[in-house]
Amino acid sequence: MSKIHVTTTVNGDQVEFLADPRESLLDCLRDRLGLTGSKEGCGTGDCGACSVRLDGTLVCSCLVLGVEAEGKTVETIEGMANGNELHPLQRKFVEHAALQCGFCTPGILVAAKALLEQNDNPTETEIRYWLAGNLCRCTGYDKIVRAVMDAAAELRGEAA
Amino acid sequence: MAKDEFTEFKLVGTRPDRPDGLDKVTGRARYGADMSMPGMLWAAVVRSPHAHARILRIDTSKAEALEGVKAVVTRADFPEGLTGEEWNLQENTIAGDKALYDGHAVAAVAATSALLAQDAARLIEVDYEVLPHVIDVDDAIKPDAPAIRPGAADATVPEGMPANVVRYIDFGHGDVDAGFAEADLVMERSYKTEATHQGYIEPHACVGQLGADGKGEMWVCTQGQWYIRKMCADVLGLETAQLRVTPSEIGGGFGGKTTIFMEPLSLALSRKAGGRPVKLVMTRSEVLRATGPTASASMDVKIGMTKDGTITAARAEFRMQGGAFPGAPVDMALYCAFAPYKLKNVHHIGYDVLANRPKCAAYRAPGSPMGAFAVESLVDEMSRELGLDPLDVRLTNGVREGDRASYGPTFGSIGLIETLEATKAHPNLLVPLGPNQGRGIAAGYWFNHSGETSVSMAISEDGSAQVSVGTPDIGGSRASIALMVAETLGIPYEDVRVNVVETGSLGVNEPTHGSRATFASGKAAVVATGQAIKEMCRRAAAEWGIDEDAVEWVNGAAQPAGPNAGKFPPLTIREIAGKMGETGGPISGHHEGLPEGVGASFGCHVVDVEVDPETGHTTILRYLVVQDAGRAIHPSYVEGQYQGGAVQGIGWALNEEYIYGEDGRLQNAIFLDYRVPVASDLPMIDTVIVEVPNPGHPFGVRGVGETGITPPLPAIANAIQDATGLRMTHLPMTPPKVLAALKAAGRG
Repeated sequence: MSKIHVTTTVNGDQVEFLADPRESLLDCLRDRLGLTGSKEGCGTGDCGACSVRLDGTLVCSCLVLGVEAEGKTVETIEGMANGNELHPLQRKFVEHAALQCGFCTPGILVAAKALLEQNDNPTETEIRYWLAGNLCRCTGYDKIVRAVMDAAAELRGEAA
Repeated sequence: MAKDEFTEFKLVGTRPDRPDGLDKVTGRARYGADMSMPGMLWAAVVRSPHAHARILRIDTSKAEALEGVKAVVTRADFPEGLTGEEWNLQENTIAGDKALYDGHAVAAVAATSALLAQDAARLIEVDYEVLPHVIDVDDAIKPDAPAIRPGAADATVPEGMPANVVRYIDFGHGDVDAGFAEADLVMERSYKTEATHQGYIEPHACVGQLGADGKGEMWVCTQGQWYIRKMCADVLGLETAQLRVTPSEIGGGFGGKTTIFMEPLSLALSRKAGGRPVKLVMTRSEVLRATGPTASASMDVKIGMTKDGTITAARAEFRMQGGAFPGAPVDMALYCAFAPYKLKNVHHIGYDVLANRPKCAAYRAPGSPMGAFAVESLVDEMSRELGLDPLDVRLTNGVREGDRASYGPTFGSIGLIETLEATKAHPNLLVPLGPNQGRGIAAGYWFNHSGETSVSMAISEDGSAQVSVGTPDIGGSRASIALMVAETLGIPYEDVRVNVVETGSLGVNEPTHGSRATFASGKAAVVATGQAIKEMCRRAAAEWGIDEDAVEWVNGAAQPAGPNAGKFPPLTIREIAGKMGETGGPISGHHEGLPEGVGASFGCHVVDVEVDPETGHTTILRYLVVQDAGRAIHPSYVEGQYQGGAVQGIGWALNEEYIYGEDGRLQNAIFLDYRVPVASDLPMIDTVIVEVPNPGHPFGVRGVGETGITPPLPAIANAIQDATGLRMTHLPMTPPKVLAALKAAGRG
């Protein structure tokens, strides 16, 4: 099957790749662009490990075709830090031990950032429901929720 | 050198950032599927759609004719003549005469792209003769059940047992009949638990390369690179040392990544494709159909109790299926079932039964959660019947140091009583409960494990230290080992780098299993560090011209051991290391063996639930984990183990199960239908770390990974009884099941 040329912006950089029309955006990010930070845990949109932003919208990149990224902007975990300056969520995840194996972490960070951009003071319940599409099998979510709350407080300028 | 509870540590017990944290929050950490190699091919696997079928014909010609396909393998590409567990592993990797379960691999193909490999797999034609199958353990043990593998029974199975019984266990002590006669209350109940999957979010993935010369390499997500090496070598008939296995970062394992499933297929394909590397990544559906799961269990328990709560006798008969191969953890389940109780009279019987399901793998305290569900449910029910506090009943019967365990050995230092006392003192027990709410408690146990361990450490030229361990880091063990080594050397935590190394770098290590990484690799690392310290003291002694026994190591420096040794300013590790080239060369330490002194860990959980009488849905309101860690090296990651174990147990209790259709096919092979707990299902998980130091470890570590999954199953059942008066004896306690029970009781 012939491939389709796709031009898109990933983490601020314009990139091009050839996509088989059957390939997911996740496959293209990982296998065409070498951005392996987004993970495949299920391939059916149930685990959230592949979470990315597409034109600002939080999506499971395993449920988006690579060719759909044409002309759009994609944000992945690789673009979350500003050089060596971590996003507060990234820092708080390490500080709170909010990851064990770390496989779900990129997707959860991308999803949590999307939450905090629309709600800078989420309740514990709001965080739990927002992240209900991101499975973590290691932590029981306790430290993840605490890390998100702490990062939100820091972003609001409150002392931890 | 065991340190007592008054010992002050500088680093042990603190909570520094984990060394792999930055990589894991930036997406840089490399997991199984993140590796690519030059010239790499992609593989796909053809799997049986039948639970039990004879394979009549496999036609690979159309697939082989597809442009870009480089190799196809079937069982014919694997050596014959294997026996025992080696044959089991080979048979599970790729079916021989029969497909034994839905999802059993039948053929595999390698091609120049992942999509092409999938296309090619669909072109492979397999003719099956479908055979009668059996799924449920109670059906599989019936005399007229389809015989899955005649002749698979081992020598423990008496003559005349049903065909699918492959192992029989019978042990105990005392006189249970006399014990039951002494009891004021004797109760007997039957319980069932369903198979659950470890549910690690990272599917199995590897890149394998094997040349015609028998030399190969593998990159793989695994809990144990040496197990992968040996098992692949066995299945393929290779020389073990010619295979070099590098563990990736691992996206969860929980026991399910201690063995092989599809890894030899990538090597076999690579060999057939001229030695090109072959990447093989499972889909989630493949993970659920063909890897992992734990056993399902059917259990009868009988207990005798006096009015004051003393258990006079106990009897358990467990039947467990672990798929189409021997290995259901019925032995472990029985060993752990009554472990919290001091019993004069106890009798255990177990049956390991074959069924047409995937080969079970270890899952966090394998067997213990099932046994705990049965025993802790019955102890709770009897406590209620006698009007006794369930915690007091556990304190009355609880095992202490020197007591004989229910499964035979004598307990060394253990912390069950301290754990129960800490539970009793927790404020969660004072929170008032509302309508339809209930509170349940249960205890749990895991032995913990040591095993083959080999660790090297070396001092660098600037006085920093590197440690090479063979146990992949799943939950923070690099941090805990770095803390212990830094504490021992007297240098900052940040000056120690712990590397999880490939099989070429150390002697054989068992996997990260049995809650052993911080215990066994940690203990070996401390011993190895002691050797390096001794060597640094020797070099200081040489410089000062005094006897090496007159030098001691304090706060990261050698110093004269006392006024009689001479008066010299301390030589720091940095000073000694900086001159190593002139004073005798590299400074390092190495330790290998089977570290002794494993310390068992007891836990006690308290859960508050609310049961919706209209839907039967159970909400977890509050959850408390209390567990003896021995010593928490990095308390955050100890808490993480407690919380994660509890939530896996909550899933097992309330949601998770393998659901099979009449056709023997798994019906819920995606995460939408195999529903693990999500964030909105749960409250915070409160933790109390009890520390009764293990005298067998230099810092008192017991190992904490596994015990936490055992109490949730019964604790939640006990809470549901407290809330509703209903005793649920069959997991999972889904809304439809609870609602049906409520209706049957006239209250739905």
